[in-house]
Amino acid sequence: MDDKDLELLRILEENSRLSAQEIGSMTNLNPVEVEARIHALEENQVIRKYTTVINWEKAGNGEVSAIIELKVSPERDFGYDRIAERLSRFRQVRTLRLITGTYDLQVMVSGKNMQEVSRFVSEHVAPMDRIRETATHIVMKSYKENGNTLFEQQETERLPYSF
Amino acid sequence: MDDVISLGVGEPDFRTPWNICESGIYSIEQGVTSYTSNRGLQTLRDALSAHLASRYQLKYSADDEMVITTGVSEALDIAIRAIVNPGDEVLIAEPSYVSYAPCVALAGGIPVPVECTEKDHFRLSPEALQAKITPKTKALIINFPNNPTGAVMKKEDLEPIADIVTDRDLLLISDEVYSELTYESSHTAAATVKDLWERTITLNGFSKAYAMTGWRVGFLCAPKELCDAALKIHQYVMLCAPVMGQVGALEALRSAEDEKTSMVNEYRLRRNMFVSGLNKIGLSCHVPEGAFYAFPSVKGTGLSDVEFAERLLKEQKVAVVPGSVFGCGGDYHLRCAYAVSRKDLAEALSRMETFLNGL
Repeated sequence: MDDKDLELLRILEENSRLSAQEIGSMTNLNPVEVEARIHALEENQVIRKYTTVINWEKAGNGEVSAIIELKVSPERDFGYDRIAERLSRFRQVRTLRLITGTYDLQVMVSGKNMQEVSRFVSEHVAPMDRIRETATHIVMKSYKENGNTLFEQQETERLPYSF
Repeated sequence: MDDVISLGVGEPDFRTPWNICESGIYSIEQGVTSYTSNRGLQTLRDALSAHLASRYQLKYSADDEMVITTGVSEALDIAIRAIVNPGDEVLIAEPSYVSYAPCVALAGGIPVPVECTEKDHFRLSPEALQAKITPKTKALIINFPNNPTGAVMKKEDLEPIADIVTDRDLLLISDEVYSELTYESSHTAAATVKDLWERTITLNGFSKAYAMTGWRVGFLCAPKELCDAALKIHQYVMLCAPVMGQVGALEALRSAEDEKTSMVNEYRLRRNMFVSGLNKIGLSCHVPEGAFYAFPSVKGTGLSDVEFAERLLKEQKVAVVPGSVFGCGGDYHLRCAYAVSRKDLAEALSRMETFLNGL
C-alpha cells in the first residue's frame, strides 16, 4: 500500500464507475497499472465491494429504516464479538457497530414497512440471549448518507470570468 | 449564452469549508461586528505568525511585522504605494496577474515587464531580470506559484534572483497567494531564500487555499519599517479587514487543514487529467506545478490567442482567457482554469478537440 494506492482509493470512494483510462489520466498511471493495483486492493479485501448511494425516499419504494440501540452483557473470552456476529447474519441488519455510551451496539436495520421492522426487533433481536435492553428509533428522513448530502443545494453564482 | 463551460474563472469552485462559514455566522450572532485594530485581530495574527513559521519557516512577528488586509488585492496596492515614488521603475515578472502594472502606474511608478518564457518553464531567469535593471529600478514583483502559467520557483531557482535583488539593492514584492496549491513539492517562500527577508514584502491570503474568495482576507508581512509604511496607508484607506472574514480566517488556520488537503488533491487529479488531455488533442502545454491554471500554446493552430479564445467561445461554448491579457510572454497561449468539475473538464476537452479538428 503506497501513496498511489491511497489516491486510487480516494478516487474510487467518490466514484467507483470511472474507467481505468480515466483514473489513469488523473493519476499519471497507465491504465494497465491502474487495473493491476485495483485488482490487488480487491484481492486483499481493502476494497470490499462497489456500491451505490441511493436516495430511497426519492425512489419511493416505501422502505423503512431504524436505528436500534442494544445493551448487551458481554461474554467471557469473547466480549461483544459473538453476539455481534450473530446479529450481523440477518439480512435486515445493514450496519452494526460497537459504540461507547449508554448502549453497546448500534444496529441500522431496514425493512419493507414499519410492521416488518418492528417484528424483526421484537421477534429476533430483543429475545436474543445476553441482550438486556433495546431502544428503537425510526428514521424519519435522511439528510446525509456516507458523506453524501441527499437534499438539493442551491447553485452558487460565479462570475463567468475573473483574473 | 447558455451551456457555456467557463475555464475563465480564477477562483476555487469549492464552497468555503462549513466550519469556517459556521464560525463567521456564530461570531455575528455573538455581536462581533465592530472594527478590529488596524493590523487585524490579535488572535488571527498570532495564529498566522505560528502558521507561517511552521509551514514555510517564515518568521514574522505578530505584533509589528504583519497587517491583515482586505484580500491580497489591497495588500498589493498598499505594498506598492508604500515603496514606490513617482518615476521609480518596478519590474514585473510576466505573464502575471493583471493588477500589478496598473497598481504601479496608479502609484506614479513605471511598470517594466520582465518576460518569463516557456523554455524556462515560465520561471524568472536571472539573465532576463539583470537585463531590465536600470538606476531607476526600485523593486521587483513576482508571483509564484504563478497566475496564469502555474509555474513554480524552487529554492534553487530563487537563489540567483536573490543575489541580483540584493546586489542591485532592490525591494521584492512576492505575491504567494497560491502557496498552498503546489503539486510536486512544497512551496518555498521568497523571504526565506538567502538574505531576501530584510528586503521582501510577502503577500498572501486565504482566498485560494481555503476557497474563501468572497470573504476578502489577505495579509502583508514585512520587516517593521516596510510594514509600518504599508500600515499607514491601510489605516487611512481601509481601516481594517472585515471582522467576519478575519474570524473565518482564524478558523481556517485552526481546523481546515483536512479540507484544504482534499481540495489540493482534487486539483492535482484535475490537473493531471486536463494537461494530458490538452497535449493529446494537440495543444502543447507544460506541466504546471502550482495554482490551478494550465497555459497551453496555440502557436501551431494558425490563430492568435485572442482569435482562438473568441472563436472557441462562439463555436464551441468554452470560455478561456487569452494569454496576452497577462502581459508579455502570454501571447499565443490560453489560460484555462481547471477549478471546475472533472465532468466539465472532460466536456471542455472534447469541445476543444472538435474545435481544433474544424480549423
